[in-house]
Parts: sequence; C-alpha cells; structure tokens
Amino acid sequence: MKKEVLFVVVAVGLFVVFLFGTMAYKGEQKVRSAQVAERSRENLVRMHSPTLGRDDAPVVIVEFLDPACGTCREFYPLVKQMMAANPDRIRLVLRYAPFHDGSEQVVAVLEAARRQGKFWPALEALLARQAEWVLDHKPQVALVWKHLEGLGLNLEQLRADMAAPQTARVIAQDLDDARILNVTKTPEFFVNGRPLPSFGYDQLKELVDKALASARR
Amino acid sequence: MSNTLQAPVRARDDMPWWLIFGAWLVASTSTLGALFFGEVMNLPTCVLCWYQRIFMFPLVLVLPIGMFPLDRKVVRFALPLAALGWLFAAFHVLLVAGVIPEDIRPCTQGVPCSEQVIEWFGFVTIPLLSLAAFSAIIALLVLAYLRDSK
Repeated sequence: MKKEVLFVVVAVGLFVVFLFGTMAYKGEQKVRSAQVAERSRENLVRMHSPTLGRDDAPVVIVEFLDPACGTCREFYPLVKQMMAANPDRIRLVLRYAPFHDGSEQVVAVLEAARRQGKFWPALEALLARQAEWVLDHKPQVALVWKHLEGLGLNLEQLRADMAAPQTARVIAQDLDDARILNVTKTPEFFVNGRPLPSFGYDQLKELVDKALASARR
Repeated sequence: MSNTLQAPVRARDDMPWWLIFGAWLVASTSTLGALFFGEVMNLPTCVLCWYQRIFMFPLVLVLPIGMFPLDRKVVRFALPLAALGWLFAAFHVLLVAGVIPEDIRPCTQGVPCSEQVIEWFGFVTIPLLSLAAFSAIIALLVLAYLRDSK
C-alpha cells in the first residue's frame, strides 16, 4: 500500500474509533444516569428542601444549586420564567450543592434564613449581587451580610442557626444525595425525577415542556 | 534491473519513515485518548495535564509534515516538544507516587494534580500513560534520526 494511503486510512480509522467510543460511552452514560435517578427517587427531595410553587403541581423541577455558581445565577430567572408561564403547574425544589470552596458557609447562611422563612428572598438577594461576594471564584461569607439587609432577618438567630449541628446535617445530606445522583456540576436539574440528557437551557425546556404536556393528558 | 538494485536500498531508507509513523501513531492515540478522558468522560484536567497536552497535541500535526515527503529534520522540531512533555509527565508521575512533596505542586485548588482519577490493573494511571507515550515517541524519533544520519 502506498504510504499516503496508509496514513490517511490509519488517521481516519483512529478518528472513527474515537467517534464510536464517544457514542458508545455517551449512550451508556445516559442509560446509567436515568437508572440511577430512577433508583434514587428518595434522594431527590428531602423534608428540609426549600420549595417554590404548589405542592400538587404536576411538574417538579429539582435543582442542585451552588449560590456561588455563575451558571446557577443565570439559570435562576429562566426557571422562574418557566414557572411564571405555567402558573401552579411547576414546583421548584432546591438542593444545596456547595461545590465551590467556601460555598458551604454561604449555604449555611441560606439554610439559617430558611428557618426564618426567608430562604427565597435571601437566595435572590445573594444571586443578584453574586459578583460582589464571589471574588475570583471564591465565595466570601463575610461579604454577604450587607446584601441581606432589609430582608427582616434576625441576624443573631441566623448566626446561631448557621453553627447549629442541624444545619451541617442538612448540607451533608444534600451533598450525599448529590453524590448518589451523580451530580458533579451545578446547576443540575431533574424534571419529575429524570435527569437532563445533556446540559443546556433547551434541554431543560424540552424536558419541562414534555412533562407539562404529559401531565395535561 | 534497476528495480532489483534499488529495492534493498529503498527498504533501508524506509525505516526512518516507519519510525516517525510509529511516533505519530503514539501521539495521535494519546491525543484522542486525552480528548476522550477530558471531553467525553468529563474527567477533570489538572494544570500538569494541560502542559503535557500542550507538548503532545502539536506532534500530531508536525510529524506528518516530515513524513510527506520524508524529511529527517522533523525530528529536530519534534524532539524538543517530546522532551519537555516527557519532563512534565515524569514530574507528574513522581507527584502522584508521592515522591515529590505536596508543597511544590503547581496546582490550582480546583483540580489537585495528585488526585488519581483512573487506575487500571492497580498501577496504570493517566500520568503513567503519558510518560510511556512520550518515552516511546522520543525513542522512535531518536532511532529515526540516527538511522537517517548515516
């Protein structure tokens, strides 16, 4: 065989092997993550998880969120828009996934705010001002306080609750569930227990639309 | 008649081409393997891995330029890349093995380089694969260069 031909055949062969390997791996991955989610339904929602929307809404979006994650900030209003467009039909359940170093303390702030019934305003205040307390990808819990002013939080109680063992338990539980559900990046969404086939707004929208449509039937 | 005379000569001259081709095969397989680990399996790519990639990926393009037509000089361009990549791979292997202390590791917080994400047969790690690949490339290129300089 001529060397040029041999070279081209080998190069194309390597590439084809790569493509087939990729397709095989992705296919297997998709099946596996769906199986994991199916098997781990009880890991999706916990009693302590903050929720938004009606309890009997037909579509439940579970979101693993890190308050210091920029993509989480960008997705938050998009999810809210979906909920607003389908009133009473979507329920949002948030799970803590403090993957950034230092995020855990900020999550503790949110969990303590939750106990005062102020989780959602606190989360929204922090997300809106994320750039002011996440410096160089490092969340600084000392910088979040001024963004929580005006929410009517009892700060003394909040600090006590932050340090409470129950708060640590809740965060550990959420991180544990994230591990079991193979959540390694934030945000991660599950729509009625099903994971996104791949990450992206369109994929989320499609999954939600499908769930809405099948609930209507 | 001229064919019978040329055949053995050509066969010997061919050797460097096959050696460089072998080095290219190793580099291409490593490149696709690294992309598979990083982009398909979504394994985290640490800083040291990136430096090894920087020296591995160009070989996939540089080596064929020296193969069509065969140009022994390509070894001079490719060898420094392979040698630097080899140094990074060796450093990485020593780091994973714990020979080099943690303090001097040049890693960002996100992905510690000493973390092993893959371990096949109990000892094959990604840095070890990288070191083996760079070693093979260097050996093949040096052989190709020595044969050619005769």
